[in-house]
Amino acid sequence: MMPEAASALLAENLTKTYDQVPAVDNLSFRIEAGAVVGLLGGNGAGKTTTLAMIMGLTTPTAGSVRVFGADMAHERAKVLRRINFESPYADLPHRLTVRQNLKVFGKLYGVADPAGRIAELASALDLEDFLDRRTGQLSAGQKTRVALAKALINEPELLLLDEPTASLDPDTADWVRGHLEIFRQRRGATIVLASHNMGEVERLCDRVIIMRAGRIAHDERPGALIARYGRGTLEEVFLDVARGRGAQARLVDVAK
Amino acid sequence: MSLRLAVRHLSLARILAMVERHIYLLSASPFRIIDIVYWPTVQLLTWSFLQLYVGRASQLPLLAAGTLIGGILLWDVLFRGQLGFSMAFLEEVWSRNLGHLLMSPLRPIELVVSFMIMSVLRLAIGLIPAFLIAIIFFKFDVAAVGIGLPFFFVNLMLTSWSVGLLTSGLVLRFGLAAETAAWGAMFGIMPFACVSYPVATLPHVLRPIAWVFPPTYVFEAMRALLLSGNFRLDLLVESFALNLLWISAGALAFRALLASARKAGSLLSMGE
Repeated sequence: MMPEAASALLAENLTKTYDQVPAVDNLSFRIEAGAVVGLLGGNGAGKTTTLAMIMGLTTPTAGSVRVFGADMAHERAKVLRRINFESPYADLPHRLTVRQNLKVFGKLYGVADPAGRIAELASALDLEDFLDRRTGQLSAGQKTRVALAKALINEPELLLLDEPTASLDPDTADWVRGHLEIFRQRRGATIVLASHNMGEVERLCDRVIIMRAGRIAHDERPGALIARYGRGTLEEVFLDVARGRGAQARLVDVAK
Repeated sequence: MSLRLAVRHLSLARILAMVERHIYLLSASPFRIIDIVYWPTVQLLTWSFLQLYVGRASQLPLLAAGTLIGGILLWDVLFRGQLGFSMAFLEEVWSRNLGHLLMSPLRPIELVVSFMIMSVLRLAIGLIPAFLIAIIFFKFDVAAVGIGLPFFFVNLMLTSWSVGLLTSGLVLRFGLAAETAAWGAMFGIMPFACVSYPVATLPHVLRPIAWVFPPTYVFEAMRALLLSGNFRLDLLVESFALNLLWISAGALAFRALLASARKAGSLLSMGE
């Protein structure tokens, strides 16, 4: 049993199989409150399934997830007000305006003053110009900012992000990362970030969990991982891991 | 979680937030409102003219007393009630919003209650014009069913929600491939519910099947009231008792299918 003190998130022997094929295989990790952790891996590595199990949207085949000490299989209602997420798999209703969408989610999350919170977010995330436009009429970048506003509406203590900057131009993506940094500093929130953008992960994360075929291949600080592989960037390390080249083999190659 | 515990933790604020979300959606497009009003009105006009024509040509008291119009109006309560519930649910699937909702503090029972409220609201929008047309232009004697109307309405709504729960559960579990169930399920009940003819019309072998459906009792009670002024409370109590079984079964099916969808890992990508 892993210790629970000060854990925002504790996954123990987390397993998900589909038709006897493991999508996530016996995953165990603990994330301390206030940490920003990158969940990396190639397509099909099990990142989204892991996030879905953390959120309680997918039931694990075995193992458990605890968020702020609450078992997500049986006690998720206790902690859902303290969590939020953004995922490319979920949209906000296109026919509602940005303000209407945020108002509805503000009320669902029990925000005391939804109108005030929307005004704060609109100012911080630069939504004011299109607050009363239909969400479906926005550009990809604007939609991402709105999705982020929805994810921050309840000032979550645990924020789960699945590819938050996918399909964004570099400027907008950089802008979103900047806001995540500000939110983390201000709120002291725990962030779990699934991403394919290694630069983003290096910039935002204190720690990376690299998944391969549903298992944890590495779990350490980005700098330490880069040094161990003798590489210059996390992207190079990611490619080594994805292609099955271990750190030792890579260091032997360098020595030759 | 037991039903009693779930009900104790119901949040009116979250239920109303969901209702507000659907009112925004309805008010965003006049075509949605037109669609809700259009079909019951067209259906009523068609059947009412048929009743006029056949009523003149035939001496059958069944046709003279407005039972055909009454049956069609009550059938629309049943069908549109279920459709209103299912449409509110399908809107969440179509807009890929279900993941957001199920990850929020909104509980499944609150989601279901909000769909029930929306079904009543959509029904009111759709059926009030149809009722007015029936009363004004086709001399439908609403006073004749007056005492029975609340009983008819409650029973038919309970059945509509039961079927809505089951079909929504099927979509949760099997995705939009099961969407046709939401549109067509009620038509499977229609021949046995004896909307516009007495149960005695059915072959003997089918009659026990007809009595499995709570609406059958309602339509029989409506005919008794219109034809002889006889208020058959016994039939409505039987319908209500059966409805309690139906809604319990619908709720259990929805819960089991939601759990199964969580197990299958299909909720996050629902709508694709």
